[in-house]
Amino acid sequence: MSETIRFRVNGRPVTLETDATRTLLWVLRTDLELTGTKYGCGVGLCGSCTVVVDGQVARACQTSLGSVQGKAVTTIEGLARDGTLDPLQQAFLEHGGFQCGYCTSGMIMNAYGLLLRNPKPTRDEIVQGMESNLCRCGAHTRILAAIAAVAGRREASHD
Amino acid sequence: MTDATRLDRRDFVKLLGGGILVVVHLPRSAIPGLDDLQQRRGYPEDINAYLHIAADGKVTLFSGKIEMGQGVMTSLTQMAAEELGVALDAIHIVMGDTALCPWDMGTFGSMTTRMFGPAVRAAAAQARLVLTDLAAQRLAVPRTALTVENGVVSVAADRGRRVSYGELAKGQQITHTVDEKAVLRAVKDFSVMGQSPPRLDGQEKVAGTAKYAGDIRFPGMLYARILRPPAHGATLTRVDTAAAAAMPGVTVVHQDGMVALLAADPETAARALAAVRADFDVPAPAVDTESIFQHLVQAAPPANARESAGDLAAGRAQAAKTFSATYYNSYVAHAPMEPHTAVAEVKDGKATVWSSAQTPFPQQATIARALGLAEGDVRVMTPYVGGGFGGKSEGRQAVEAAQLAKITGKPVQVAWTREEEFFYDTFRPAAVVRVDSAIDVAGKLTLWDYQVYGAGSRGSDVFYDVPNRSVKVYGEWGRAPEGFHPFAIGPWRAPAANTNRFAAEQQIDIMAAAAGVDPLEFRLRNTTDKRMVAVLKAVAEAARWTAGVAPRKGGRGRGLACGIDAGTYVALVADVTVDAATGAVKVDRVVCAQEMGVVVNPNGARMQVEGCITMGLGYTLSEEVRFEGGKILDANFGTYGLPRFSWVPTIETVLVANDDLPPQGGGEPAIVNMGAVVANAIFDATGARLYRLPMTPERVLAELKKV
Repeated sequence: MSETIRFRVNGRPVTLETDATRTLLWVLRTDLELTGTKYGCGVGLCGSCTVVVDGQVARACQTSLGSVQGKAVTTIEGLARDGTLDPLQQAFLEHGGFQCGYCTSGMIMNAYGLLLRNPKPTRDEIVQGMESNLCRCGAHTRILAAIAAVAGRREASHD
Repeated sequence: MTDATRLDRRDFVKLLGGGILVVVHLPRSAIPGLDDLQQRRGYPEDINAYLHIAADGKVTLFSGKIEMGQGVMTSLTQMAAEELGVALDAIHIVMGDTALCPWDMGTFGSMTTRMFGPAVRAAAAQARLVLTDLAAQRLAVPRTALTVENGVVSVAADRGRRVSYGELAKGQQITHTVDEKAVLRAVKDFSVMGQSPPRLDGQEKVAGTAKYAGDIRFPGMLYARILRPPAHGATLTRVDTAAAAAMPGVTVVHQDGMVALLAADPETAARALAAVRADFDVPAPAVDTESIFQHLVQAAPPANARESAGDLAAGRAQAAKTFSATYYNSYVAHAPMEPHTAVAEVKDGKATVWSSAQTPFPQQATIARALGLAEGDVRVMTPYVGGGFGGKSEGRQAVEAAQLAKITGKPVQVAWTREEEFFYDTFRPAAVVRVDSAIDVAGKLTLWDYQVYGAGSRGSDVFYDVPNRSVKVYGEWGRAPEGFHPFAIGPWRAPAANTNRFAAEQQIDIMAAAAGVDPLEFRLRNTTDKRMVAVLKAVAEAARWTAGVAPRKGGRGRGLACGIDAGTYVALVADVTVDAATGAVKVDRVVCAQEMGVVVNPNGARMQVEGCITMGLGYTLSEEVRFEGGKILDANFGTYGLPRFSWVPTIETVLVANDDLPPQGGGEPAIVNMGAVVANAIFDATGARLYRLPMTPERVLAELKKV
């Protein structure tokens, strides 16, 4: 059933004439060609599709398009400003918080949402906040270091 | 198989617009250990590289390898930059494109650096020679008077007389073949190798712009979902696609045993699949998660005698103590975060396929066969791969996409769901290992009688000094008879080595404890291998190991394990805490000492060690694929437990220097000891010995009750 859905993606207004029960993940990836948000499990268990909706982290594979009506969606493509990486992206780059890169968008968006609600998390709070995001390559220690660096905490460097 | 010299070299040079092209076709003798490796399964028949210096000075390295997170995009470029004498950012690398890159068997076996690396270095060194000779003519000086820096050749005594690589390449149509070992730069002269520059794939990956197979879009592309059986071995008896076919925008394909639903968006295709009514005949299960071990021993094909020395009976006769133990591990999934994905277009008798693949060239051949095309009419391109670990070799999804593209006449994406990924994964095989061993009164090994069923040979070689020994391998992965495993199995990060080190390093620990000897001292007493002694001493020092006999009990313990993999020596120490009430094991710290010859990129090497240790926690503590016959019971991350942030120990890595040895493998070695090092630490903490992987809380609890 087609209806008009209006929301903002990465600051830009978007209007779609489509079915409101569609899943945000696939609308982002197909209609809007924002492919940085990844499919990993389809049931909200891996976090590869994490985006931020009105300041809250959301699993795009568990979010209906209708539920973002009138809201602001931020995806990984929306973090950099005028070609300059967000400090969190920069920290992931510098600390090597990625290997294959497939979970990376979701990791960064989840951490972004974590820091929005808790700008100075402890290490335990970072671990707990990231616990539901899966990485198979084992970049965990560096992801934690990257987030901690942005959270203003000093971590031993790796080299 | 494709001959590198078959490459249309003239066309290739024309395509590249002239300049200087260096083609490497190394003789096998140039690759140490290759013949031995080829006796095992799946090693390259040819190793090649191309390096091109364009008329505008642009340098391109063409490699059939792929980047799946292991960092070789960066390390290969570093090797080429070092030998060519240019800055890292002066080289562009093209990977995994069958139309542009030299034939390559695939990216696995920790071979990119140790096998392919020398070819890249040789190509770059040869190019540097060619360019220097051209400069010598141009500047009218002997070659020995010249020096190279940042892609500029200058007269050493008069730096103002200079010419750039681009100027030298302009107007040239030179093709050189390297078929001998070129003179490589000495380690002491390295300026790019041995450094840890930012990864070349980093910017795109953190920005979310890195392209994976599922991110490739063709105009008019259809998304396909395919009807899957409920179990391996099941046959389709009835299918009704009428309801799906009636849905707007849905294309139904039912051909050659494949039932596929295609639509302009993936959700419509999924709804169409859900509307299909199908019945399957599912055979009664013959084996399951628990009975598989007995089956593997009973159904085993004849053994391959991997090692045989001395006299086993004499080893028993000399024994003061003998030990017999059996070890088990279940099937394990690769579970890369990116499921298998491919996008294909078939047009004018030619197929173009983007595939998440570790093996673009073998997939090119497979797709060509499936479509009835010549190999040259199939182009496979591999963008970034979202994790492989050995699981992205077969290319079933690429064949499916190509077939559907051919049938429908439109570009088609096949992206497996997580459930399909768990179903069609080529699992790490379940295995059984039986070890009989013995020591004399001095705590020296006299006997090693080792039999492994279901896994394979890698990691089973005996590096301890034991005069009477036998290693027998039953049903090496990839060679096992049909039906030996109930579903597909395949290589999984250091194939078979995780199984073999889990057994061997526990057996060593059992003997050390029975002899009343410190585990480190016991190992040093029984090996004279200098590289092994070096990593054992290095890990002990870094972990601040103090002598003591296990088990020391008290709920906290430490373990030690060592091994050799992909030419690299590695030793681990782990500290664990065992919760006696729940059986839960927390790995608190892992210290790794690794000697891998010349280290191309130290930070990259450490990242791989950390990845191995973290990934290894999974098969050690939680990961197993449960099944009933051909039915896979674990279909997603809700029941299949991957390592999480809270599991991750403190990791300390020591890279033991050995610049006398060319670079060895780095992507796999550190994972092979994870099972044993944690098991040995659990024993130290509790006195309980865990013989089966994964060491789940239930299994730990069961063993604790026996202590």
